[in-house]
Amino acid sequence: MKRETLLLTGNRPLTPTVFELTFSGASAMRAGQFVELEVEGQYLRRPISVCDSADGTLTLLVKRVGVGTDKMSRWQAGREVSALTGLGNGFGSDATKPLLVGGGIGCAPLYRLARDFAEKGVRPTVVLGFQAAAEIYYRDEFARYAEVIVATDDGSDGFKGNAVAALCDKGFAAGKDFDRYYACGPAVMLRALSAWCADGELSLEARMGCGFGACMGCSIKTTDGFRRVCKEGPVFDAAKVIWE
Amino acid sequence: MDISVDLFGRKLASPVIPASGTFGFGSEFAEYYDLNILGGIALKGTTRDARYGNPLPRIAECPAGLINAIGLQNPGVDAVIAEEIPRLAAVYDGAIIANVGGHSEEEYVVTAEKLSDCKEVFAVELNISCPNVKGGGMAFGTDAQIAKSLVYTVKKRVKKPLIVKLSPNVTSISDMARAVVDGGADGVSLINTLVGMRIDLRTRRPVIAVRTGGVSGPAVFPVALRMVNDVARAVNVPVIGMGGVTTAEDALEMMMAGACAVQVGAANLVNPYACKEIVEALPAAMERYGIRNISDIIGAAL
Repeated sequence: MKRETLLLTGNRPLTPTVFELTFSGASAMRAGQFVELEVEGQYLRRPISVCDSADGTLTLLVKRVGVGTDKMSRWQAGREVSALTGLGNGFGSDATKPLLVGGGIGCAPLYRLARDFAEKGVRPTVVLGFQAAAEIYYRDEFARYAEVIVATDDGSDGFKGNAVAALCDKGFAAGKDFDRYYACGPAVMLRALSAWCADGELSLEARMGCGFGACMGCSIKTTDGFRRVCKEGPVFDAAKVIWE
Repeated sequence: MDISVDLFGRKLASPVIPASGTFGFGSEFAEYYDLNILGGIALKGTTRDARYGNPLPRIAECPAGLINAIGLQNPGVDAVIAEEIPRLAAVYDGAIIANVGGHSEEEYVVTAEKLSDCKEVFAVELNISCPNVKGGGMAFGTDAQIAKSLVYTVKKRVKKPLIVKLSPNVTSISDMARAVVDGGADGVSLINTLVGMRIDLRTRRPVIAVRTGGVSGPAVFPVALRMVNDVARAVNVPVIGMGGVTTAEDALEMMMAGACAVQVGAANLVNPYACKEIVEALPAAMERYGIRNISDIIGAAL
């Protein structure tokens, strides 16, 4: 963990509710790690996962869901933001045939991971699940590094159904189409994935107090014992998460 | 400029002590700064057996603070003594204050005795004020007779200074302080969190999974200050003040209210360097208010 002052260099809407914020001044981070940003007038910092971290630029995708993210969505370039950076463990990247599965804003942290694989000469398959066509973002960006499959709940673009249904429909099988999957999205999606195949890594979300292991506000049960989403996570072995 | 204070005859490097539950078992914070500037460290609340705690969400934001309902997650007293305390003692020479939670008198006694027998532990802080555990915790800290009786029983088995952490969720915190001192407490610490709740407008349900939790942060500072002042006027044992302390000035104010040392809680969760920055800011703040020796201001506003 480091405490750094970031400079916002850009803020552009990708959909009516998702914003791409780019910053300079952040240390390099791994795929699946996250930052905690100070938001004016809010007591707690906001945990946001790294979408991309390269060449001195940090990219975060923020979905407007509450008062904190609403304020962030209005931030303008030139703003300085206090951040705790380099939080969490991040994804592994040892698959030789990786499958990446994202749901909603959970697609964001898979982007840096897709790049990591591409830079090693491995082209992953990425399944991106959204509620509707209007909420799709980063399809072209992912396509630079990965084979992209889009799914929408209402069928307005791509496969009709959620990301897990798309995988099942296309007959994806462990050992044949992929050797390990990496996922981030709603808990219900991650739970369904872990039931479908144990050979994966899940990036979990939780309401956090601190984000660096002090408060025990985000602890989950795993087969290894209690684990903090912010410190030992947010990425956990799919076979080890005990779902409540 | 002297920022050291005395607690139970031991000189503390500074009056600043991270509060239980906001600093884990301490050793992880050694990655961020040298912990030896801290007067003491109050460990995460420890129970006889390992506890997972409450379901998630356990955290809700508030204006100028937060609600927590962790539910005393901890690895159990034996693991704390075998692993956590030695890990902290390896990087920290100051006063280690072991915080004890429980559901029954027997559990409090067993846990407190084991921790007080641990050579690295300087004092035991008995948490009879946790609002987040069912059938225990705060139930012991809201009835003066029950609290006094518990403290009396625990004190007989504890060979280190016994601090009792008081709940603000009572009619008269002074009466509670008198009761635990009558029961044998060597000192008191206050305030634990105030019971509160938030509701998610979308789901129309409480944000906290177990409905309510404890409010802390700058929002509670004036309430805490008043209660520290009340208690310092009521009892003649060391009072450790806490509740929303965020700056060196807050710490000075708490000490003028009657605290001989100050615990810092919520601030650690939004700024991992909070305690360090408060300690480092003390000399300049003292200079501004004409304070040469920080001990001189303890209880100045009694």
